[in-house]
Amino acid sequence: MKWRGIQPSKVTTDHDEEPEMTGLLQEPKTEPMRAPVPAAPPSRTRRTLPEDGVPALLVEHVTKQFLVGRKRKPVTAVKDISLLIRRGEIYGVLGANGSGKSTFIRLVSTLLTLDTGKVEVFGHDIERDEMAVKRLINRVSVDAAFFKKLSPFENLAYAARLYGMDPKSARQQAIAILARLGISEKRLGRPLEQMSRGMQQKVAIARALLTSPTLLLLDEPTTGLDPRSKLDVQSFIEDLRDGHDATIVLTTHDLAEADRLCDRIAIINDGRIVVEETPEALKVLVAERHGQEPTMESVFMTFTGRSLDDDLDNENDENDEG
Amino acid sequence: MTLMTRELKASFAFVERNFNLTKRYWGWEVAFLVYAVAGALAVSLIGAGQNDTRLLLTLVIGAVFWNYLSVVFSFIAETVSWERWEGTLEYTFMAPVRRYAQMLGSTLYAVIFGFVHTVVVLVVLALFFELDLSQANFGTAAVFMVLGSVSFIGIGIMTAILPLMYVERGAQMTFVLQSVLLLISGVYYSIDVLPGWMQVASNFSPATYVLDGVRAGLIDGVGTADLLRDVWPLALMGIVFIPLGLWAFGRAERYAKRTGKLKRVG
Repeated sequence: MKWRGIQPSKVTTDHDEEPEMTGLLQEPKTEPMRAPVPAAPPSRTRRTLPEDGVPALLVEHVTKQFLVGRKRKPVTAVKDISLLIRRGEIYGVLGANGSGKSTFIRLVSTLLTLDTGKVEVFGHDIERDEMAVKRLINRVSVDAAFFKKLSPFENLAYAARLYGMDPKSARQQAIAILARLGISEKRLGRPLEQMSRGMQQKVAIARALLTSPTLLLLDEPTTGLDPRSKLDVQSFIEDLRDGHDATIVLTTHDLAEADRLCDRIAIINDGRIVVEETPEALKVLVAERHGQEPTMESVFMTFTGRSLDDDLDNENDENDEG
Repeated sequence: MTLMTRELKASFAFVERNFNLTKRYWGWEVAFLVYAVAGALAVSLIGAGQNDTRLLLTLVIGAVFWNYLSVVFSFIAETVSWERWEGTLEYTFMAPVRRYAQMLGSTLYAVIFGFVHTVVVLVVLALFFELDLSQANFGTAAVFMVLGSVSFIGIGIMTAILPLMYVERGAQMTFVLQSVLLLISGVYYSIDVLPGWMQVASNFSPATYVLDGVRAGLIDGVGTADLLRDVWPLALMGIVFIPLGLWAFGRAERYAKRTGKLKRVG
């Protein structure tokens, strides 16, 4: 699989004008809680990431509000979020349902406009230089969005052409990626609607990787997958991290997954980042400051004020009402 | 790769995708084609029943060319609602493709598909009624078909913004607009029979001029040069509607991104 060469400076595309370089993250108005340096050694060896160079993703004071319902009640989905993600990093975003995770991903994906603030992807402003940003990113959403009557090959050919790739070479790349994810070539000619949800999600991941994004946005990519498929996807993400210098933003409800994959994790509650640190540091933080067990479950409960069970109950209630 | 080459290649993505979708939904396509042929035959048989060749040709032309224009219009106007229904709207809008390239691809396929669809209907009707087209001026018909396509593409693009702005009602509005165009454009009757205000409205429908011109060409053998009164409004609509449609689509996309309406619903 080929990946665009990621340089220590701003990533440029071959046709767009380069925007002016901007400064690094300014001091946010509301600083999320930073954990102290972990007292205990980390549970696994984390990679050393470069501190310098243009950030893969720079978000400064971003706010997004929607008007909801017939009374057009304003609801602020994302409140003054600021963060900086370095190239090569896997950055986890955790939060309860409705906390603003997916809105944040959509903002970075250019699918929503910003009310306030600024977002840059490898130095490109997402509003002023939208096309350049679109060439650098791709997104896998929780629901595998495909033309379900078309086969994986047909859907991937469509994606390849949209991103200016040659469909024949894209086909070979897709075969390799999907083989790695456990899907054989012979299954790729049938309509996607005949595939399981897990297989569809794997095709969605292959589609995203096909375009060699320098910033990959994974919005709950393993939600609803069986344990085997989940493991396949997680190991593949680890491969990307270790072998392809990919920068990944991962939202998930699976705390073990976040712990396993992410270099740093931000927890969003009611649209705000309430804490941002390495998984180890977060666990140390809840143990030392809050007297909780040093687990990601404790971290989640401490900073969102709810357990994942509460969250699932809420989801079920919403479904029942719907 | 130049910008133009890149965008042209991206346009082909929509042509290929729609072709693949037509193949996969072939059963429905055959069903719609049978319905279109049956509908055209049913209407045209009214003329045959009157033993009035001119009325028969008027109805056949109305049925065939309305079929073409409505297929082109539907394909373009439903670009957004179709993707919303499939759940791929966000993926397509996130891709690095300019909207004019997307519209070019969708339009190109719509014209090809509409042409093939209409030729089938025309051949069936010609064989069924043993139509005498010895006086026909096919050049005139072709000119009006091309000009009409351009105008309808513009209206289609403008209409495609409705499902972008109104998540649930947009597709329904598109359908209603298409019905209004059918009513006011003199597809099966002269617009003289319409109430006064409808006759005024018919001046704003490209189909009115297309059908006038095609009928004059195919029934009376009139050349394009003698039909300038129908040519210039069509040309003007084409020149105005396409840029206006693209501009409006861009504004609607911005609105959808501001209000979160690209998100899949349903």
